[in-house]
Amino acid sequence: MLIEKKHFLQIFFLIATIWFIWYAQNHLDPYTVSILNNIAIFAILALSYNLINGIAGQFSLEPNGFVAIGAYVTALFLIPGSDKLDMFALEDPAPIVMAMHTSFLPALIMSGIVATAIAFILSVPVFRVRGDYLAIVTLGFGFIIRIYAINNPKYTNGAMGLNDIPSVANLYWCGFIAVITFIVMINIIYSKFGRAMKAVRDDEDAATAMGVNTFWMKTYAFMTSAFFEGIGGGLMASLLTTISPDQFTFLLTFQLLIIIVLGGLGSMSGAILGTILVMGGSEWLRFLDQNMNIFGYNTGAHPGLRMVVFSILLIVMMLFARRGLFGNKELTDIFKRTKK
Amino acid sequence: MILEIKNVTMKFGGVTAIDNLSFGVKSGEIFGLIGPNGAGKTTIFNIITGNYKQTEGEVYFLHESISGLKPNVIVRKGIARTFQNIRLFKSMTVLENVLIGFHNQANYTFFESILRLPRYFSNEKRLKAAAMDILERFGIAKFADYNATALSYGNQRKVEIARALATEPKLLLLDEPAAGMNPIETEDLSNIIRNIKNEYGLTVLLIEHDMKFVNNMCDKVLVLDYGEEIFEGKPADAILDKNVIAAYLGDFTNA
Amino acid sequence: MDFSTFMQQMVNGVSLGSMYALIAIGYTMVYGVLRLINFAHGDIMMVGAFIAYVAHTAGIPFELSVIIAIIGASIVGILTDKIAYKPLRNAPKISLLITAIGISFFLENLFNVMFGGVPRAFSAPDYLTGTVHIGSVVMPVMVFVVPLVTVILLAIILWILYRTKYGMAIRALAFDIPTVKLMGINADFIIMIVFALGSALAAVGGVFYAVSYPSIDPLMGIIVGLKAFAAAVLGGIGSVAGAVVGGFILGFTEIVVVAFMPDLGGYKDAFAFIFLILVLLFKPTGIMGQDLDRSRF
Repeated sequence: MLIEKKHFLQIFFLIATIWFIWYAQNHLDPYTVSILNNIAIFAILALSYNLINGIAGQFSLEPNGFVAIGAYVTALFLIPGSDKLDMFALEDPAPIVMAMHTSFLPALIMSGIVATAIAFILSVPVFRVRGDYLAIVTLGFGFIIRIYAINNPKYTNGAMGLNDIPSVANLYWCGFIAVITFIVMINIIYSKFGRAMKAVRDDEDAATAMGVNTFWMKTYAFMTSAFFEGIGGGLMASLLTTISPDQFTFLLTFQLLIIIVLGGLGSMSGAILGTILVMGGSEWLRFLDQNMNIFGYNTGAHPGLRMVVFSILLIVMMLFARRGLFGNKELTDIFKRTKK
Repeated sequence: MILEIKNVTMKFGGVTAIDNLSFGVKSGEIFGLIGPNGAGKTTIFNIITGNYKQTEGEVYFLHESISGLKPNVIVRKGIARTFQNIRLFKSMTVLENVLIGFHNQANYTFFESILRLPRYFSNEKRLKAAAMDILERFGIAKFADYNATALSYGNQRKVEIARALATEPKLLLLDEPAAGMNPIETEDLSNIIRNIKNEYGLTVLLIEHDMKFVNNMCDKVLVLDYGEEIFEGKPADAILDKNVIAAYLGDFTNA
Repeated sequence: MDFSTFMQQMVNGVSLGSMYALIAIGYTMVYGVLRLINFAHGDIMMVGAFIAYVAHTAGIPFELSVIIAIIGASIVGILTDKIAYKPLRNAPKISLLITAIGISFFLENLFNVMFGGVPRAFSAPDYLTGTVHIGSVVMPVMVFVVPLVTVILLAIILWILYRTKYGMAIRALAFDIPTVKLMGINADFIIMIVFALGSALAAVGGVFYAVSYPSIDPLMGIIVGLKAFAAAVLGGIGSVAGAVVGGFILGFTEIVVVAFMPDLGGYKDAFAFIFLILVLLFKPTGIMGQDLDRSRF
């Protein structure tokens, strides 16, 4: 057969997705399009997060940190110099900030590169040891980024954040980058690097015993995750047109964690499905955070109830449905007869 | 001498696991490490493979000191191992497990795999063929796409050895390869090991308890007890040596 | 800087260090026994503070409220293990860590729902909130109470660990769970004790924190928890003495650096992180640490 069943399916999905992006951007109402944009960006983040957590098996809490970095880098590259002078209220912008100006694609790539560089710097101390501490280091890293952003107004405008970011991002940008991210991840997985990352996940010592350089496999995974999380952050900055340090809290990482666990740790198809389900579910459960009228009794607004439900969901999943929806398989694996 | 252990001592805190051990393995030999449980056999393996750093002494492989090198570097020098409790990669198929062994033989970079450049395709094709070839030699090619854990214990053991073979070693360390196997499987395994030894020009160092297997396979054995050498020589002579008997059964001479 | 200010800062450092130490001990014991970073531990501190707050506000005398908080926090800690960690004892490590994060997030949001995110004033009896005059130096009473109580509690913990059979079991578990079980020791019970002790100390730390910075909020446990874990790693994860040493070093550094270099004030929360990275780079086993994982092969 010239084209295997598996390839046919992949090409079909690709074409369908591209068509859908075009159709949505041009024919659907703005509210739906904004939801799709959010889904696309979260999909990029979830796919990236799945690589380090699900494929390489290294528990990390990094996304909010790298997304923040990406958002700020892109925002600073997009905002024209004159706007920066007006916007920076606490301190004048630093010379380098004034000099930063470029178009969208280079800005996004810079976001990715800066995030990747920082990821590498974190990899060295953490992965040299055993990686147990990755979660704590990345958790702390997320806090540090916020502290840095607040304390360095000449680079970041401090707690006031950046606004009037040029709105370049649309469904074409978000959608196509999501598709590219997915393809990159799949290509990594079905290669010696993906196999090695999975080996590190399954049994790191046995992987080393087979000659795998586990430090570099973990580091590649971490750096790649950071790269696309940075880009996702850049897209977010341009989509929201305003960013501030308080937007990139642990809540973002937690949402991504739920997404990839629900989809199945280690499954890229699962990450996409998980994104759609969690974003949809999150909207649907919004009522929990507001005043509810139960049998004529007003509960009052209790923000946080929605997240209580989500955290219970996560705990229950870990206890009873650890493999999530897809386990660690891809959609096309269902059509391959891998015998259990 | 392809492998030389010189005056190696291994202490864990107050416990001396290996005491001033010296021996050599000749190229092309099948060399057996035997002894009661806890004698230090797996510890020696771990020292050779770089997982433990010995307290004293040196390990030479192909006349080069490998003490202190990282395990994955030692693999590249040509030493591969299997584990006492089979450690296959549970989420992957039999074929994928063997392909891990070929990790360092795959000559394409991270970017080349992402961009799917030609070197990715040519290398993957070559290595998949090589992996299937090894699986055929072990008689388990039909299980290639099975999840590794779906196989019988004996076959899983074969996968582990196949995986180690994929690293293209000169010295193969087998930790209790016949454990848990019935006599037919053990016989099958002996033949396979002898065949691959000859075909790939290997030297084999193995740990075993099954004396029939050892007798059958090994050119030479070293008997360890409490981390010390108590006999080195032919397997048939080992069984008759009084120190060896005493180590396994207890010392009857002063009863 | 004059002498009295210097002394003030020194004592502040000891006080803050003690608080970190109390919480760090819980992290280090759980990690030593289960190899688990209990992300929810910092939130246990918050739970302890809130239980004391609720009890005291309801009219219960302060001292009794603290006891109730200690018992309450221990129960929460034990329940966390029984419900969420114990079922996953043999699961891959990452499942446990994810669950721990889930519990942490759950507690934060639960208390957010119950009490709202706005910090609440924590009222404590005058003998704790007052000040003491030593010569020309005026210091809050807490600054002496905290280290004193910490030393007493530390002595109790060390006595338990080294002079009772339960403590010996705890130390044995840190080395090798399967062997300990073979010796007939009920590992689950010992683990329960570990969670109880760690949570009790965290509750005391939480009350101290609440009295010293007299307000509490559902997110108070996060930053303190993070820093306490960094302190535990700095001192040597798995070592109770190390947790204390690490706690004091961190507390001192925060106070002293800010006192001598006020410009760095905004970064004081980052010191823990910097220590963590430095430890990982130069001495991963920490100041007093031992290599816990020799039996991997």
